[in-house]
Amino acid sequence: MSTLLNSAPKSALAGLAVTTLFFGMAVFAQVIAPYGMSDVVGSVWEPASSAHWLGTDNIGRDLFTRMLYGGRTTIFVATAATVLSFVAGSVLGFAAAVAGGWLDQLLSRSVDLVMSVPGLIFALVVLSVLPPSLPVLILVMAFLDSTRVYRLCRSVAGDIVVMDYIEVARLRSEGLGWTIFHEILPNAMSPLVAEFGMRFIFMVLYLSTLSFLGLGIQPPSTDWGAIVKENSDGLVYGIPAALAPAIAIAILAIAINLVADWVLSRTTSLKGGRA
Amino acid sequence: MHPVLKLLMQRMALGILLLIASSILIFCGTLVLPGDVAQAVLGQSATPEALANLRHDLGLDQSAVQRYFHWVNGILHGDFGKALSNGADISHSISLRLGNTLFLASWAAAISIPLAITLGILSVRFRNRWPDRVISIFALATTSVPEFILAYLVMFVVAVKWRWLPPVSLINDTMSVGEKLQATALPVLVLVLVVLAHMMRMTRAAILNVMESAYIETAVLKGLTGFQVILSHALPNVIAPIANVVILNLAYLVVGVVAVEVVFVYPGMGQYLVDHVSKRDVPVVQATGLIFSSVYILLNTMADLIGIISNPRLRNPK
Repeated sequence: MSTLLNSAPKSALAGLAVTTLFFGMAVFAQVIAPYGMSDVVGSVWEPASSAHWLGTDNIGRDLFTRMLYGGRTTIFVATAATVLSFVAGSVLGFAAAVAGGWLDQLLSRSVDLVMSVPGLIFALVVLSVLPPSLPVLILVMAFLDSTRVYRLCRSVAGDIVVMDYIEVARLRSEGLGWTIFHEILPNAMSPLVAEFGMRFIFMVLYLSTLSFLGLGIQPPSTDWGAIVKENSDGLVYGIPAALAPAIAIAILAIAINLVADWVLSRTTSLKGGRA
Repeated sequence: MHPVLKLLMQRMALGILLLIASSILIFCGTLVLPGDVAQAVLGQSATPEALANLRHDLGLDQSAVQRYFHWVNGILHGDFGKALSNGADISHSISLRLGNTLFLASWAAAISIPLAITLGILSVRFRNRWPDRVISIFALATTSVPEFILAYLVMFVVAVKWRWLPPVSLINDTMSVGEKLQATALPVLVLVLVVLAHMMRMTRAAILNVMESAYIETAVLKGLTGFQVILSHALPNVIAPIANVVILNLAYLVVGVVAVEVVFVYPGMGQYLVDHVSKRDVPVVQATGLIFSSVYILLNTMADLIGIISNPRLRNPK
């Protein structure tokens, strides 16, 4: 592990440090937060001061506190949705590649169909009849995203199933599950790890957009998208409170991009230039 | 039949099939419910009479299959039904707003496509030197934030700090094209930024892909300058992938427009959709959802068709 970190370029290390910091702040939000999440502690849109590091929000709550709790929701929902989407997408994608035949056709054509409708539009259609509760949001986001993961896993595994060691596993009459977890998964790990980072960022952007449109996280809970929505009226008067989540999302996105780039470039060099 | 014609027909048939399938998907999207639509629309406190009335209005007393065919039959005759929230005719509301959205999207396309290709060529010409680096940092930055945040950033800087343009884009029919352009300048700018990075990177990658070819080396060796090589030898050979990426980004524009319209309070299809999702107005959501995905499928099919036509290997089979 330590040699792995030593070989990493500085940009990837910086990305890793920032990502860890964000996740740490999300986990310990309750401990770090100087005030309660919905406590009104000042007047409306106070500028930044030593008492309120980022100033106050549209009804006088501490913006730094709101950002911590909002970040916790954003990161938790995005992580849950990404994990779910990866478990579903990769198992189905690998199964389709190994089994082939009708299972492959059925899954691939269903995925084509779901991907033919723009993701945000489909989410809006479903959310027009389902209540936007946490489990519903996570499931809808994971379902839509798992189609992308499926495509990636199907194509990565497609390259692996033609290898001799898969043939050997087949001749040993290993089961579908054993082949997926013992032969394919270890060999597909690097591109999947990089893709995991990219999909996570995509989930953060996606959830923020839904919340901003008023269809994601509902009050009294909050997330970064909802904080933009709450404070957007202030922008016209020159109050930049709504830009705080924007900067947080951008920093997190760039940090994870840097780490993902490094993981991908390692894979490429390991495979002799093949991406 | 000519093999290209056959491929084109197959691809168009697939497009129509996807269109039908997506209408079923959107219709079913509102069926996957723990309760029923009437309950969801009216809330828990609804009286049984109101529920029964709404169920009848929505045709919920019929089977799902019957309702689907009734819905599709109406759409084929230009009738999307009536909105639940205010009883307005959906076709009429859409006809007012679709034009506004297309206006916004086509201006964004008219600016971003030439700009993206020019920047892509520049970053190939100055590969790994500072213009290339500046362009790729800019691309990373604009793809790292969601559209609505990019919209607020642009609004904050251009409209509030510099006071160049109005922060919201209210338009009406009495405005001239010039006035409309000024009113929509900010959302157009945001949409350009949203699609620019991806198109530019793909253009760069496509050109770089052919720069290793032998004929490029020949062009360099006969003494052509950097730009001459790219413009007259590399570019003609990558028109197909670039056209493909351009159209895919137009399809992306159709979706990106939703959040941007909401930020700038622009009276287009996106805002119409979002407004009615929170009102749980199912017929409007289905109608707008279907239009958005039809445009999306249409553009994707077109990208495939261009890919087939522009491939000389397919056009002139042995």
